[in-house]
Formats: sequence, structure tokens, C-alpha cells
Amino acid sequence: MKIQQRSRLFVFIFSFLVWCALTSIKDIQEVVAGVFVATLVSIVAGKFLITSETSEHILKRILSSIRYLFRFLWEMAKANLHVAFIVLHPSLPIKPGIVKIKTTLTKDSAITVLTNSITLTPGTLTVDVNPEKNEIYVHWIDVLSTDVTKNTKTIGGKFETLLTEVFE
Amino acid sequence: MTREIIGMVFILLGIMFDFFGVLGLVRLPDVYNRLQAATKCVTFGSAGILFGVFIIQGFNSFGFKVILGIVFIFLTSPVSAHAISRAAHQSKIPLAKESVVDQYQEDNELKD
Amino acid sequence: MKLLRWILGLLFIAAFLYGNFFIYNGLILYKLINVILFCALFVLFRVLFGPTAADRIVAVDIMGILIVGLLAILGLVYDQSFFMDIGLIWALLSFIASLAFAKILEGRYLDD
Repeated sequence: MKIQQRSRLFVFIFSFLVWCALTSIKDIQEVVAGVFVATLVSIVAGKFLITSETSEHILKRILSSIRYLFRFLWEMAKANLHVAFIVLHPSLPIKPGIVKIKTTLTKDSAITVLTNSITLTPGTLTVDVNPEKNEIYVHWIDVLSTDVTKNTKTIGGKFETLLTEVFE
Repeated sequence: MTREIIGMVFILLGIMFDFFGVLGLVRLPDVYNRLQAATKCVTFGSAGILFGVFIIQGFNSFGFKVILGIVFIFLTSPVSAHAISRAAHQSKIPLAKESVVDQYQEDNELKD
Repeated sequence: MKLLRWILGLLFIAAFLYGNFFIYNGLILYKLINVILFCALFVLFRVLFGPTAADRIVAVDIMGILIVGLLAILGLVYDQSFFMDIGLIWALLSFIASLAFAKILEGRYLDD
């Protein structure tokens, strides 16, 4: 089976399941309408979901993505406590600045996930990505150093090894 | 009854973090800092509220809608924060007076 | 002067908590909807008096996420699941709106 057909079939099954969960089926008409809508969705936007030919180590990747999810939630809780501390402090202890970090990830989806998790973790916000040189510009609320390699270790190092396991 | 109490605790936490985020939006000095505080805290707070509602409701259609809302918020909110901060920097809105370093500006000047 | 402003703000929050803007016979915790409305007031302050255009865009984006949490709690209070439909569509539209505003702020237009 060709790769686009496989992607379309996957999108059809997924959107039909979401439809069933959202409507909590009571009648046959809802099933018919769901089949119609899922077909429409899979024709229009079905070919973008799966793009790679083969997929190896599927179990290992799922396990490391679950580990990544828990690590991410923990970092996010810490980030919120940090922001609450800064906001409630009477004299606003901030020292902001924009620094540059490097990344070793190459796929677009991996870089997207990395920048999103940098945005939601303590004190950092992604400003821009330079895809040719693999550089990410990060706004940091509490700048500790201006050295590129050191900042790469402190900001991106928490997620980068796990994301390498998940995506490559 | 236990389920309702756990859900209420999550809703309370969510409302608290929403309030902190909005306080940050009002107090902090420039666009980038405001964006940091507001995006993190409000995303986490709204996701907490939705998760509490999911725990109270269980697996019916309301619960699935709420789960869909959580996934949607977590995917879209960092993306819009990134777009707004990049646009603010491109349209030359300056950083606050307390800022230490701006390596993005330096690299842009090197390129031109 | 600063202390006076803090005390004034806390009094304002207390008055807002005491007032009853919704008619319901439920738990006392549902009165915390008023806190979210108060947060929305802060956000409207940022929309009105934001020094730059980017501040206003940030405020509108944050307001969208706040409203989703508010609608989830409202659906829980009235026990109706269609509130969450409105919430999902609100989140979608506010995401698209903030992306479009950011693009225009950057100097590019929608057909670029």
C-alpha cells in the first residue's frame, strides 16, 4: 500500500473515533453523518500525517515519549511556581535578555516540539529559529551567562536527549 | 464524592495560577516578560481547570470535549506566543531597561 | 504608596468575591468564577492602556485562553455540555486571530 493511502486510512479511523467520542452515539443517523465527515476530512487533509516510509523501534519510541511527557509536566509545574514567585515578589527580581542556543535535532517536527517545550519551561521563551544553522534564539528572564555552549546545556539539554530517542 | 473533591482541588489550583499569570501581565515591564508570565501561567491554569472538570464529569461527551480542549490549548498557546514575540522583535519594540544582553539583535546587525 | 495600592487591590478582590453575579444553587466554590471575571478586567486594562501594539495582541490572546476555562466551569455549574463546544471554537478563533495580528505587526500581509 502506498504511503498516502496509509496516511488517509489512519486519518479516517482517527477522526471517526473522535466523532464517536464527542457525540456519544444514540442513533444510526449520527454514525452515517460521522462516516461522511470523516471521509471528507481524510480526502482534504489526510496526506500530511504520515510522511516517513518505515518506522522502527515503535515500542521504544512510545516508552520514551511517555517519559518525555512526565518530564515535561514536572518542568512545567516548576515553571509556574517560579513565575508565581517572581510576580508576587515586591521588587520583581528579573534580569532579562535574549541568548542563542544550538541544537542537534534536524527534523522539523522534533524542532517544533523542542521549541514548544522551551516556551513552557522555567523562565525561557523561544523568539526565533534559524533552521540553516540549527540555532534557536531564546528570551531568558534570568540570564546566568552569555556563553553559547553553556546555555545550550542549561536550557535545551533537559529535553534534547529524550527527543533524540523519540524522533530519530 | 471523593472524585468531586479532587476535581475541585484542581479547579482551585487552576484559578490561582490564572490569577498569577494575569498579575504578571499587569506588573512586568516589557512585552517579552509579560508574554512569558502570561503564557505559562494561563496555559497551566486553564489546563488545570479543564482537567478538574474532566475528573468530575468522567468519560461522557462533556469529558471528551474537555480532553480535546486540553490538547488544543497545549498545542496552540506556545505557537502563538512564539509568533507574537518574533513579530514584536521584528517591528523593533525595544527590550526593557533591565535587559542584559540581546544576541538576536547582534546577529541581525551582522547579517545586514 | 505602593502598600496602599496593594491594599486597595486586595479590597477590590474581596468586594468582587462577595458580590454575586450568577444565580445558582451550588457549591460555594463556584463563586470563584468571579475571580476569572476579575482577571478578565485586568486583561482589559492591558488592552486599553498597553504602551505598544504587541501588548494589546498579547492581552487578546491571553483573554481567549481565560475564556475557555471560564466556559468549562460554567458548563459544570449549569450541567450542560454545549458550553464546551463554544469554548473549543473560541480557542480556535483566538489562535487564528493572534497569528494573523502577529503577521500584520511583522509587516507582512495575509497573502504573503
